[in-house]
Amino acid sequence: MSFVQNFPCFSIVLCMAAGILSTPMKGKHARYVTLAAVTLVSFMSLWTLWHVMSAGSSFVYTMGRFPAPWGNEIRAGVLEALMASVFSLVMLFSLIGGMDHIFRNIDDTKINLYFILVDLLLSSLLAIIYTNDLFTGYVFVEINTIAACGMIMIRRSGRSLIAATRYMVMSLIGSGLFLIGLAMLYDITGHLLMENAHAVMTELVYAGEYSIPLLVIISFITVGLAIKSGLYPFHSWMPDAYGYSTISSSSILSSLVSKSYIILLIKIFYRVIGFDNIVNSKIVNVLFVFGLIGMVMGSVSAIMAKDIYKMIAYSSVAQIGYVYMGIGLATEAGMVAAVFHILTHAVTKSLLFLSAKGLNDASGRKRVFTALQGAAFRSPLAGAAFLVGSLSMVGIPMLAGFISKLLFATAALGAGPKKVLVTLIVLAVSTILNAVYFLHTVVRIYTPVEIPKEYEHVHVHVSVGVAFALLWLIFLNFAMGMMSQPITDLIQTGIGMFA
Amino acid sequence: MSRIRNDYENSLWCRLVRWVNGETNPFAGKMEMEPLRETEVVGDSVFNPDRLDKEKVEQYVEDMGRNKEMKAFRILYNLASVSLCLLLIAVLLLAVSWMPVLGDPNGPNNNEVSRRYVEQGMEESGAVNMVTNMILSYRGFDTFGETCVLFIAATCVIVLLRKNEEEIENARETDWKYEPKPDAILQKITLILVPVIFLYGAYIILNGHLSPGGGFSGGAMMGAGLILYVTTFGFHKTQRFFNEKTYDAVKVGALSLYSITMIYYFYTGANEIQNRIPLGTPGDILSSGMILPINIFVGLEVACTMYAFFALFRRGGM
Repeated sequence: MSFVQNFPCFSIVLCMAAGILSTPMKGKHARYVTLAAVTLVSFMSLWTLWHVMSAGSSFVYTMGRFPAPWGNEIRAGVLEALMASVFSLVMLFSLIGGMDHIFRNIDDTKINLYFILVDLLLSSLLAIIYTNDLFTGYVFVEINTIAACGMIMIRRSGRSLIAATRYMVMSLIGSGLFLIGLAMLYDITGHLLMENAHAVMTELVYAGEYSIPLLVIISFITVGLAIKSGLYPFHSWMPDAYGYSTISSSSILSSLVSKSYIILLIKIFYRVIGFDNIVNSKIVNVLFVFGLIGMVMGSVSAIMAKDIYKMIAYSSVAQIGYVYMGIGLATEAGMVAAVFHILTHAVTKSLLFLSAKGLNDASGRKRVFTALQGAAFRSPLAGAAFLVGSLSMVGIPMLAGFISKLLFATAALGAGPKKVLVTLIVLAVSTILNAVYFLHTVVRIYTPVEIPKEYEHVHVHVSVGVAFALLWLIFLNFAMGMMSQPITDLIQTGIGMFA
Repeated sequence: MSRIRNDYENSLWCRLVRWVNGETNPFAGKMEMEPLRETEVVGDSVFNPDRLDKEKVEQYVEDMGRNKEMKAFRILYNLASVSLCLLLIAVLLLAVSWMPVLGDPNGPNNNEVSRRYVEQGMEESGAVNMVTNMILSYRGFDTFGETCVLFIAATCVIVLLRKNEEEIENARETDWKYEPKPDAILQKITLILVPVIFLYGAYIILNGHLSPGGGFSGGAMMGAGLILYVTTFGFHKTQRFFNEKTYDAVKVGALSLYSITMIYYFYTGANEIQNRIPLGTPGDILSSGMILPINIFVGLEVACTMYAFFALFRRGGM
């Protein structure tokens, strides 16, 4: 066993240790510990990715002395390593880009607590991605939920408390359903490790036993995780949670936290229940329909939003709809498109949130659109970043969003005859709606305006950290748009390794 | 030949341009409007007349007597939620009636997994208590995560309830109201009870690998002892031996030692290096390898967290 194979385990425990060590520290020092940990985790994840790519196969890492059906395990394939790398990089950039605002928005006595939450959040994201054990998945889903809730409410204002409460209620309903599903799954299979549970599951399906509990299990797990990731009718916590928390939290929550549940769901679909059984249970059609509704309704709400953060938040609702639509196509191409869109959305949404914060700072911290007019001239880098992010979300060639829309359209052509037309139409409608609200904002921020008197003397200072984060995220967007073939190949191999 | 329009103001394009520029007001001409009134600052509080109007409007809208639609919606909403719950109950009952019978010796749960836990647990992990073997040794990673859930829950409570300097000063002034009166009977009994509770908690933690119990339950008991002490003698006396610094030190110490133990266990286990922690003779107090220290770490963490929850809810600090 080569030393690289220890890295997934090391990165999970390293994040936890960073969180524990940040407890007695001051905020300033905790910041360095966290940044160092996240950077190290990014390197280790990239190295793991390189290792599994060159080895051409996934590996299983026993967490302790006992092998598969008895002890805990984590597993790293191409898809897991890719996700871990992108997630830790996006987290790093979100933290660096929002660092000034963390120190501005949070009480001095609580800054180190914020970094504890961030560390544990990253460890739970990694564990959810790498897990090969259903119950480990649930434990870290719990950590993920509590940490995300803390990150929303740490900014002390009435609105963020309401948002956190809403998030908690919705998220706990999701966790509850997921846990009931897992308990029943254990009851009929007798295993918690994914591979063993899958083996028993295949036998059960072949023998036709326990078909009703199986259906209930599939629907509880799917609905629970869909609620947690904010699929359309369950999205009501999103706008407030993303709109009123500190900017790093918004960016991390929208681009990473809600996606981690989707990854867990995909993993359970492939590695526990079996994708054929999922398709036969018709649950994918439910996801497909709600995904389509979400794509349209999210965009319509975004058009009606009066404040830039809420607009971006509603746009997230639409993008989650895209991902579930891709899963709902029930083909491998659809799944590849969905996973690619998870990555696209992660790098784009964090860029949009960070640049929106820059524009907002250049407009006297007002968030309504009328105040943002001409903001791109007052803060050129944030304006350019917002432009790139918007164009990518709309789906302009050379940017990441174009590729994911192309993949969705291609996947739709290969899906069942009932789904082709409706997918293509909704995709087109949703793209037009995306263009309406994003380009409307872009036109507005690029409309010259006389600088109002009250902030004539305000000097907009873009710190090195913000510039670094924005430029990297812009670069990632272009890279994913122009070098998409290797990435889709990676995703394809990764999904192939799941089965 | 195109014709020059003289009603450009009303054309679709012009309206679009004005909408893009944010010049149009959809309510202009359709509603009676008055300009925003100035906010007044009275002492510390800001008086905003528009805010007041908004509250009035909201009250009016939510007044059930007047608003028929609202009333109908509330009734529909309650009906929908009740029927959803009933549906969920029905689905679960249906599913449960098809599930394997609980305790069936041939059921899917009684497979090679539980068999190995029961039959070989003692010789492989060294603890007589099979549950402890399972949660701390076979599935140690899950329990490590579970301890982190406790840690992060405590962090979130601190985020929500920790007061800043000024508020703590204010709290101190009003604290005498809540501080217990010196009650001779209560204090005497507490002095007898608290050592016994602590001793029993420590016994449960240290015997976690031999008898039912372990870090979580024993720690909760020690936390209860601390809470009993503080409710009887007040925070001033408790702070002499347990304040925020002690809390941080114990918590950080216990958790970092726990993570070091776990990473050693994972690393040696996965790389098949020989584990140098001796297992000892099952049944002895010093046996079962790393299970005993982990129980102690978990117990300390749980005891501190229990007390911290109480102190934070009570006065926002320790």
